[in-house]
Amino acid sequence: MAIYIAVGVVFLFRLFSLQVVDKKYKALADNNALRYVTQYPARGKVYDRNGELLVFNEAVYDLMVVPRQTVVKDTLSPLYPFDTLGFCQLLDIDKASFVERMQKAKKESYVKPSAFMTQVPKEDYAHIAEVLYRFPGFFFQTRTVRHYPQVIAAHTLGDIGEVSKGEMERDEYYKMGDYIGKSGIEKSYEKELRGEKGLKVVMVDVHNREMGSFDNGSLDRDPVAGKDIYLGMDATLQAYGERLMRNKVGSIVAIEPATGQILAFVSSPTYDPNLLVGRERGKHFQELMKDPMKPLINRAVSGSYPPGSTFKTVVGLIAMQSGSITPATCFHCSGLGSMPIKCTHSHGSSPNFANAIMNSCNPYFYESFKATINNPKFGGVKKGYEYWKEMTMKLGFGQKFGTDIPSELGGNIPSREYYDKMYGGQWNAVTIRSLGIGQGEVLATPLQLANIAATIANEGYYYPPHLIKAFGDGTPLPEVMTTKMETGIEQRHFKVMKAGLRTVFNGPAGTARRYEMNDIAQCGKTGTAQNPHGNNHSLFIAFAPAEDPKIAIAVIVENSGYGATWAAPIASLMIEKYIRGHVERPELEKRMMEGVVIYKKER
Amino acid sequence: MNERNKIIGKIDWLTVLIYLALVMVGWFSIFSAKYDEMHPNIFDLSQVYGKQLIWIGASLLAGFVVLLIDAKFFNVFSLWVYVVVLVALFFVLVYGKATKGAVSWIDLGAGVKFQPSEFAKMATALALAGYLDRLDVDLGKLKNRLAVYAIVLTPMALVLLQNDTGSALVFVSFVFVFYREGLPGAGLVMLAGAVAALLFVLTLVWSQKVMYIVLGSLMALTLLFQILFTKRRHILSAVAVFVVMFGFVFSVDYAFDNILQEHQRNRILVLLGQLDDPKGVGYNVHQSKIAIGSGGLQGKGFLQGTQTKFDFVPEQHTDFIFCTVGEEGGFKGTAAVVLLYMALLIRLVALAERQRSTFSRVYGYGIAGIIFVHFAINIGMTIGVVPVIGIPLPFLSYGGSSMLAFSIMLAIFVKQDANRLNIL
Ligand SMILES: [Zn+2]
Repeated sequence: MAIYIAVGVVFLFRLFSLQVVDKKYKALADNNALRYVTQYPARGKVYDRNGELLVFNEAVYDLMVVPRQTVVKDTLSPLYPFDTLGFCQLLDIDKASFVERMQKAKKESYVKPSAFMTQVPKEDYAHIAEVLYRFPGFFFQTRTVRHYPQVIAAHTLGDIGEVSKGEMERDEYYKMGDYIGKSGIEKSYEKELRGEKGLKVVMVDVHNREMGSFDNGSLDRDPVAGKDIYLGMDATLQAYGERLMRNKVGSIVAIEPATGQILAFVSSPTYDPNLLVGRERGKHFQELMKDPMKPLINRAVSGSYPPGSTFKTVVGLIAMQSGSITPATCFHCSGLGSMPIKCTHSHGSSPNFANAIMNSCNPYFYESFKATINNPKFGGVKKGYEYWKEMTMKLGFGQKFGTDIPSELGGNIPSREYYDKMYGGQWNAVTIRSLGIGQGEVLATPLQLANIAATIANEGYYYPPHLIKAFGDGTPLPEVMTTKMETGIEQRHFKVMKAGLRTVFNGPAGTARRYEMNDIAQCGKTGTAQNPHGNNHSLFIAFAPAEDPKIAIAVIVENSGYGATWAAPIASLMIEKYIRGHVERPELEKRMMEGVVIYKKER
Repeated sequence: MNERNKIIGKIDWLTVLIYLALVMVGWFSIFSAKYDEMHPNIFDLSQVYGKQLIWIGASLLAGFVVLLIDAKFFNVFSLWVYVVVLVALFFVLVYGKATKGAVSWIDLGAGVKFQPSEFAKMATALALAGYLDRLDVDLGKLKNRLAVYAIVLTPMALVLLQNDTGSALVFVSFVFVFYREGLPGAGLVMLAGAVAALLFVLTLVWSQKVMYIVLGSLMALTLLFQILFTKRRHILSAVAVFVVMFGFVFSVDYAFDNILQEHQRNRILVLLGQLDDPKGVGYNVHQSKIAIGSGGLQGKGFLQGTQTKFDFVPEQHTDFIFCTVGEEGGFKGTAAVVLLYMALLIRLVALAERQRSTFSRVYGYGIAGIIFVHFAINIGMTIGVVPVIGIPLPFLSYGGSSMLAFSIMLAIFVKQDANRLNIL
């Protein structure tokens, strides 16, 4: 019993000292209220690989309200009653809108500040703030919005928007009215870019005037600014790519082979990233959503295309590695009369590997594919196919890279089980022959195609392609982006492949010989992909210079026909622009930029 | 009818009045803490204060029913109540819903959630009383002592497994019962507990090295004193005690870093002033102290508090309800509540002492200890003398399980007391 009394007495003494003796807490006069003002950190800026500014912040003003403080009880106060009409006039809103906004704020919290009107324009802010003291419970909170000085790379940069309910539930950091990365790198690097919010506790008197910080700022927390981000992107090349792709549908992906950094990431049609900023964001977003050309889709990673003849590089490499063919191996080709796959090019009847690549000979690669999966060392076509699929995936197909690119798709390399189901277990090389020429079920994203170009440029390995080059504060990049990926294919096979791809530009019958430059040795492979939705897609993968590759690239122009007509020249111009810094083929450039290739559905 | 009238005449009205006073203070405080101009009716059943009224009604009804039940029922069925609660605790572990990191709820559907740990304390007091009441039980026997420990430690362990450290801590209160019932070593356990707590705090404040030096000098002094001045020397046992203390100090750092969870570590460090509130760990306590401190002597008046209405303290209508009392009632209010608790505890111990049966006495001491630990930890936490441990303030905090459990717990004792003269 003694301990019960002892503890009770201790409490009484403590309470007496806390409530009666200590005046510190009473310094808060009854009339004063505290206002918790969130201190928003500056969101990290985004630069391109050369330090050119791509995204920065602009100050905006949110009008906040504490519903409880708008109720004036003191009838003698000059603020009594709340001047709703005057307030509506000041903000240029009607009574209904006032009531609706107020109810929304009350629902959020009756006693804590919530946003009444976000992003009040700077010119309105000044004159509203001047007389805001007449309206108790209202105050301005400063925040920043994103601004994009160069109107490029909308898909890559992405946008920020108000947090959704679900996002608030998943992460307690976010409160209503906060902004969060919604797409692009704003989404992938949300945690790094956003920084940490701070808090300022200020005392407010009955006249809605701030009376300074509470308890000498002991509860205040400074915000921590977000990290800046340097992208691997070259802003000049990106802008050039977007101009080349104007009035075309498709994508360009350029990679620096030595690092896996993405130099250009074009998806066409695109849009002005500044449209998705500010109070009109919702409206513009709806418009872009409804656009039949689907400009919001990032075709570089969300588009899945049959890779067509560009895929012959993959088929050839695996055939050589498995010992199923050698560079000297010849297969018979009867041109259009070939069975089971006809050849679309005219060339000698029995090409070797180099000839087959230069002429993009269909029967040759079908035979190579068949020789691989029927190779006796695997013990059956199904085992052989499993080997082939595994090697394909090692080359970066059929799966996501999983670095920092949002809404990435993995393309498709069908599984053995898929064919078992499809053909009731009865299938062989002839059944799935179209894989050998990159048609059929095989699908790849432009990013995966650029990556195979980089892998061949590197003669055997790649770094998973990623957007970021470095964090502003030197934080190391995630391991997934700096891990060297080996392909399991020997370098000597890549050397053969490289030599073959070189002849596509400089060989007598090369499919891209028109775009050969004297001083920059380009390697490449055309592709013309049939697709069920209309005209063939034009594809091209390339890298240059051959001996010391600085850029690997994939270009797709949807429904535009032959690879050599659109994709190859665009890729070649991109290469020239990047390596030389300018373009010395003005006529080609003009023709590409002015070309309009928008496929319209046949009636 | 006659029987009932007798009961009503015999119950200890003082206890009941204190109980009703505390419940009313709680209800009005909850109303004030959650009040907003849009829902100004204290009977509004959609608001927490309306719901609390329902729970108060249910508790009064349950208490009344308890008073009508034969007093012997609780002795006879104490073991069964205990077993049922253990099963419920186990059930929660498997199917429970997690709130604030602790898994302690069973969702009964229709928005009603049930928290068995609140009832476990009462059931343990009953079981302990029922067991010690048996004629063949002698605390001198090891077997019986072990059984007593098992009765207390089993539910405590289950509650601890639910990650509900606060409720588990309440079971420590049974040490008061052991002490009263003359369990050998109970006094020693309390002393050892106090020394251990002191060593724990000092180790964290001063660091291990300093503690080794302090303990070393103390040991040297003790030994010197024994050799020089006493005839009967306990040198070996003295050394043994110090070795244990050294070992304890040594293990404190390890236990602190590896066994406690981060939020628990931070709460303790904030309390000890070792951590300067970097991530807002001390935020609740700071706010709570501002609310209570700003109440002054007179308080700001009912519904006039500004601090508690700002949602500064997230748990203001449950674990931090005392803030509202402090801000709006001032020192007058807080002193009244503290005095009410003291009066209740003293009254309960006095009643326990006048019981003729071991069952009633043990039970009385048991529930007094439970209420005391809740009172000490909860109020201590709001005024910043105890780390933040989430347990409710009996009869005041919002919460159905807690309200019902405490009311039934008290009613059972009032019934036992009213029946004491019938026991030969
Ligand atoms: Zn051919």
